[in-house]
Amino acid sequence: MNRETPIAARPSSALRPDLAAIAEMIPPAARVLDIGCGDGSLLEYLVQAKQVDGRGLELSQQNVNHCVARGLSVVQGDADTDLSEYPSGVFDIVILSQTIQATRHPSLVLRQLLRIGTRTIVSFPNFGHWRIRLSLLIEGRMPVTKTLGHRWYDTPNIHLCTIADFRELARGAGAHIEKALALTGTERTRPMHPNAWGPNIFAEGAIFLLAKEPVPEKAIRQ
Amino acid sequence: MRAPAEDRGRLLELGPESPLVLDSGKRLAPFQIAYMTYGVLNDARSNAVLVCHALSGDQFVASTHPVTGKPGWWSYSVGPGKAIDTDKYFVICANVVGGCMGTTGPSEIDPATGEPYGLGFPLVTIRDMVRAQAMLLDALGIEQLLCVIGGSMGGMQVLQWAAAYPERVYSAMPIATAARHSAQNIAFHEVGRQAIMADPDWKGGDYALAGTRPAKGLAVARMAAHITYLSEAALQRKFGRELHDRNALSFGFDADFQIESYLRHQGMTFVDRFDANSYLYITRAMDYFDLAADYGGVLAEAFRGSKTRFCLVSFTSDWLFPTIENKRVAHALNAAGANVSFVEIESDRGHDAFLLEEPELFDTLRGFLGAAAAVKGVR
Repeated sequence: MNRETPIAARPSSALRPDLAAIAEMIPPAARVLDIGCGDGSLLEYLVQAKQVDGRGLELSQQNVNHCVARGLSVVQGDADTDLSEYPSGVFDIVILSQTIQATRHPSLVLRQLLRIGTRTIVSFPNFGHWRIRLSLLIEGRMPVTKTLGHRWYDTPNIHLCTIADFRELARGAGAHIEKALALTGTERTRPMHPNAWGPNIFAEGAIFLLAKEPVPEKAIRQ
Repeated sequence: MRAPAEDRGRLLELGPESPLVLDSGKRLAPFQIAYMTYGVLNDARSNAVLVCHALSGDQFVASTHPVTGKPGWWSYSVGPGKAIDTDKYFVICANVVGGCMGTTGPSEIDPATGEPYGLGFPLVTIRDMVRAQAMLLDALGIEQLLCVIGGSMGGMQVLQWAAAYPERVYSAMPIATAARHSAQNIAFHEVGRQAIMADPDWKGGDYALAGTRPAKGLAVARMAAHITYLSEAALQRKFGRELHDRNALSFGFDADFQIESYLRHQGMTFVDRFDANSYLYITRAMDYFDLAADYGGVLAEAFRGSKTRFCLVSFTSDWLFPTIENKRVAHALNAAGANVSFVEIESDRGHDAFLLEEPELFDTLRGFLGAAAAVKGVR
């Protein structure tokens, strides 16, 4: 993953760029839990292309029914309340894609993820992006962007954060940051140093690969 | 009332050397299991799907009922090209022990006395029903089922199958069910049983000897139960306050309203195909069902280490086996680290929705079964 990921050249080209980048991080045949799995696009790709043992948790019953009709193992549930049911360490990777900002208790959810999975992948929109900063600075109004299209009063995104904010949350939860990727507007992902200031201004979103404890380098498959 | 035995589908007869050992400690021997099969068992014996029937169901899941002449009770879902595709899967459905469609039950002759068992028949449980089905599979030479599917009491059997024989159940689909019978459900069953036992023709269960039939009691039991299978919204939509065959109220106790005439019809037709004592025994088996109780009160323990793929289904307007009860099972499965899906289907048709034309149920059945078959490598 030490290079840019031009999405079009990848087998996962059908996936959204951020999902394709997540898929890149998943070792074959891993036990994967995708929280907020939506219509199951990522999960289906992982099951078919990487033969993972995949499960999903999804809030929308309509999405769940759609996933199950596609042959995926998905349960209707709420990340805020239902993660406590899962036993510890049963999944190799737990994915929370573009969902943490919509949870009621991001900190508790992140701790649950770290407990359930050996590794955790979290992706989220970066509220520190320059366009958002500018919008607030100049217009003095809550920003509405391509990635964050809701207005302040109807948004499900009740806990938006910047890359720097998330880094602090992750470290506070005792997570070891194994990898961080910046999502840019040109549908590319590039590796970033979690402490770098640049991505916090220029990246539209980020993907973090976390582990509860540092995992020996040789055990990290890509 | 009883059709000739050749109408009962296939029959497995087990002699005294292989008794059915019951939870009550009693043994049932000899005994027989009446069952139907649809489709063809493949060479690898890997495409077998066991369908478990509900309280008033039987083995005729997808073929004409020999007594009523009506289509099988799950013809919407099971058959060639249907969601449970008999062109692809070998579907087995057996009458439960205690039933009245050919499997040994209270209306069969007790070999010890030469007379019908009546109340001399031992109490049976959901686990006993499943144990009998396992003996049937042994006889059929089927080691592992691709899937066990059932709704309502059938769903209880599915859960029991998955808990008792995890290695024999590759996937499981409990529909509109619960891991325990609720107080409200036991209450409704008790009303039904009391109606039967209050019928003077019941004769303490020995109506066969007396040459009578507690038809009124059984019909009332069915009427009360039938209400629980529907929903307030569906009753209102179908019947409202519409009058039956008349323009004005009769100022009497005739069936003035359509709903009354409908329920009376349900009750009357039921007694033609069902045995009153069987109704007592099978409702009791459901009342006794509490899967967690067998595992120290922790439902997750029933599924610990299970490799079975599960898919649970509930219906929004089902108040007999509401979503919350199905969800309890899903939560326990999650806690056990099992592979579980859970689908809640929007329908106003109440508990009976699982038997009806519900496209979302068909998609779920087809998708889940297809995925299980693909992962298992069934061809």
